[in-house]
Amino acid sequence: MTGPVTTPRSYPPGQYPNLPPPRGTTGLSGWLRANLFSSTANTILTLVFTGLLVEFLMAAVDWFFLGSVIDARSRVECRQTGSGACWAVIAIRVEQFTYGFYPLAERWRPNFAFVLLFVALAPVLFDRTPYRRQMMIFSLAYPFIAAWLIHGGLGLKIVDTHLYGGFLLTLIVGVTGIVASLPLGIGLALGRQSRLLSIRLICICFIEFMRGVPLIALLFVASTMLNYFLPPGTSFNLLVRVLIMVTLFASAYVAEVLRGGLQAIPLGQIEAADALGLSYWKTTWLITLPQALKISIPGIVNTFIALYKDTTLVVIIGLLDPLGIGRAVLADAKWTGLSTEIYLFCALFFFVSCFAMSRYSLWLEKRLNTNYLSE
Amino acid sequence: MPPDNADIMINITAMHKWFGAFHVLKDINLEVAERERIVICGPSGSGKSTLIRCINRLEVHQRGTIVVDGTALSGNLKNVEQIRSEVGIVFQHFNLFPHLTVLENCTLAPIWVRKTPKKEAEALARDYLERVQIPEQADKFPGQLSGGQQQRVAIARSLCMQPKVMLFDEPTSALDPEMIKEVLDVMIELAESGMTMLVVSHEMGFANRVADRVIFMDGGEIIEQNPPEEFFNNPQNERTKLFLSQILSH
Repeated sequence: MTGPVTTPRSYPPGQYPNLPPPRGTTGLSGWLRANLFSSTANTILTLVFTGLLVEFLMAAVDWFFLGSVIDARSRVECRQTGSGACWAVIAIRVEQFTYGFYPLAERWRPNFAFVLLFVALAPVLFDRTPYRRQMMIFSLAYPFIAAWLIHGGLGLKIVDTHLYGGFLLTLIVGVTGIVASLPLGIGLALGRQSRLLSIRLICICFIEFMRGVPLIALLFVASTMLNYFLPPGTSFNLLVRVLIMVTLFASAYVAEVLRGGLQAIPLGQIEAADALGLSYWKTTWLITLPQALKISIPGIVNTFIALYKDTTLVVIIGLLDPLGIGRAVLADAKWTGLSTEIYLFCALFFFVSCFAMSRYSLWLEKRLNTNYLSE
Repeated sequence: MPPDNADIMINITAMHKWFGAFHVLKDINLEVAERERIVICGPSGSGKSTLIRCINRLEVHQRGTIVVDGTALSGNLKNVEQIRSEVGIVFQHFNLFPHLTVLENCTLAPIWVRKTPKKEAEALARDYLERVQIPEQADKFPGQLSGGQQQRVAIARSLCMQPKVMLFDEPTSALDPEMIKEVLDVMIELAESGMTMLVVSHEMGFANRVADRVIFMDGGEIIEQNPPEEFFNNPQNERTKLFLSQILSH
């Protein structure tokens, strides 16, 4: 041993400066190295995957855009002019896909309701909406305004619900189901934890029944069996029945997701609220529910996305949602065999809606995250 | 042994409590005078936390009586809410509301329980945050604060209800050593301002400095109670001596 190792420059204790990190560990090159080329296996995977991706993208661009035909009268005409997708079927039937058989002259009404939907949603979804309080009043009134616009009455021509179809129908069932099942689910989740045995039992039975039965079975019940239970002569609109069933079904799932959130809240939170003299309802409204909802966002949005896609099941009981319209179009001799185009188009609609919900939930989680150390 | 002719703030007589079959508090008799400061110590599981949690009915006692400022604790919800709004408690783990800012934590109960107007409640909260020396943190969330700061917010939150009694349930046990002092400083200031306090703690320095009486509990019983000089220098009971030798030996 030849004495202590000496460094070229030494600092008095406590004076050591912060040095920059080693080269290639930060920034773009650091990211590439860490994520794509960290090992031989990773490098090979990266190269193979990039090759496949390029191959696939070229084929897809070819089919979707370069070789596709938009302007044609039939599938035969499509095939004569292009080798790719025959978007002509969508171009010609797009209105049917959107409105079903909603009368042409009245279509401004659902259009208007659709625009108002965003005005009504803004204050609910975004807490920084200007004039949020005042706009909330509109949001509360919106379901009635939308029902009036779409269905008619009070000066507007009544459009019977069996004419609704396509994306319009999906939106009606999906949005109603989502908006109505959330408060109902909250009630059920709280009821399931109630100290009153009868309330707890009712909620448990309801939730377990709804979760134990397939939605299709409930829709069949809605479309056929409900008539047996109702007094003869009462006609109860089929769409309303479907809305009720979808809402009840989703609310059971929301309740269970939320129960998980409620159980995740430490007992200390409730003790602190008790100790401050807050009553049960105030504690629930101000302390437990806001925290439970926040924890449950991913699960609740997951339920909503599932519900939204499950609206396609209404085709089973004869309502013409986009897939129902698609089937009808495929039955047309001029367009048979174009199922890829038609179903991709429907898929795109669902994807855009569901992806938006998913992104919103991520944004909201971030927005509500109070658990970071600020600079 | 509160001084004679002082107003009695808390009066506990022949109080018992069980957790299931476990007899956790046995024949507790305790009088606390207004402005009196009491430190309760004892080994873990001796029932000291349970005792102070009974005073604002976070735990329900089964036998005996507890009277707080003239109101007897019973199943009557009105009485319970009345007592809770007059008795503040500070927990070991702070129990701040993480989804509310520091200011909102402090104004919540005054606004919703006392029906204080929002502006007034905020002014009050800022006063108390000033008093616990973190006025600049008012708009942050609890998760952004250190443990010591969170505990001081918890103290301010309780004080905003302007309680007549403050209970402290091991307020420094969850803190890093360097943060204990800042919390104790606030508690000392509070004690010197004349607040009636019951503190479950092993901070013997704090007990020595501010307590009027130190109570030693073991096995659910009050074993010994005396003013601090007497308690520390001349413990009577064998168990007290053993306990003191264990916590003071290092």
